[in-house]
Amino acid sequence: MAKVVTTGRSEVWSAFIAGAARCAPVALGVLAYGLVFGALAQQAGLSFGELAFMSAIVYSGSAQFVALGLWSVPPPVLALALATLLVNFRFFLMAATMGRVLQGWPLLRVLPALAWVTDENWAVTMAAGERRHWGAFFLGTGVVLYATWPTATLIGHALGSVVADPKRWGFDFAFVAVFLTLAVGLARRSRVPTVWIASGASAFLADRFLAGSPLGGSAPVLVGGLAGALVAALRAGHAR
Amino acid sequence: MRAEVLLAFLAMAAVSYGIRVAGFLAGGRMHEHPRLRAALDQLPAAILIALVVPLLARGGIAEWVAAAVVAGLAWFVDLLLVPLAAGVVAVVLLRGLI
Repeated sequence: MAKVVTTGRSEVWSAFIAGAARCAPVALGVLAYGLVFGALAQQAGLSFGELAFMSAIVYSGSAQFVALGLWSVPPPVLALALATLLVNFRFFLMAATMGRVLQGWPLLRVLPALAWVTDENWAVTMAAGERRHWGAFFLGTGVVLYATWPTATLIGHALGSVVADPKRWGFDFAFVAVFLTLAVGLARRSRVPTVWIASGASAFLADRFLAGSPLGGSAPVLVGGLAGALVAALRAGHAR
Repeated sequence: MRAEVLLAFLAMAAVSYGIRVAGFLAGGRMHEHPRLRAALDQLPAAILIALVVPLLARGGIAEWVAAAVVAGLAWFVDLLLVPLAAGVVAVVLLRGLI
């Protein structure tokens, strides 16, 4: 019995390491983005400690950027909470797909793990595909980004306006490359072009026409994700 | 640290976390229905594509050519770092050229 437990442990551990390794290149993009955010937060008048607190507990680049846009002192708490709700509503969809990843986990372990669902490591986890100890793999992806984001924002804060334009080094393109690579990986494994077309086309339209909506940058993800899921549900109906 | 600033961040954190928990619980419910389950299974691909398309639409020729390089490499190489590095190098070079 004891031996079985040890084997299980080392398997879980290696899944965790695999997740961390798979997510490491993504951390470079997050690092660049965090540096820029930290510099902006410093210019907006946030102290080092306040920024550390924000990055550690809000832990969401898009919501934090939007918060800077709305920033004043005293902060408009209700507006900030509402903006966060709208901008981060895409996490609702992402978390909805986490059941398969965290299968068999007790709720008490699931709940803290959900705090680490972000665009990048969620995407890495999904693109890696179903595997043994998928939940541990997810935690590995999460720990890398949770170590990176707050640290990067604090370095950006310390450096202030010294932080150069990320465009110059192509870092802005890193996110495009990451999401595109992961999308191609998923597409290779499960070929459902109708779902991709529905999602891509509606995301494009949402980006064109809903960019000024309160959902902001989150609108294409929500509209595209839901459109793709809707097509998948309709297809399942036809197959029966 | 200013108390009202920390309070604002706490509110943002609570909302952000609450969305994830609500989504997870909703996903569990959806799993019980075959159609919703099919929707849930395709949701990751749909979200990923919806993340990429607007980023690409906002780019120009340099970004599109670099994206083609990334997509081509990603199809054949099962390693994130290769298409990522190639894409970033390509976009820097292409922006310099165009």
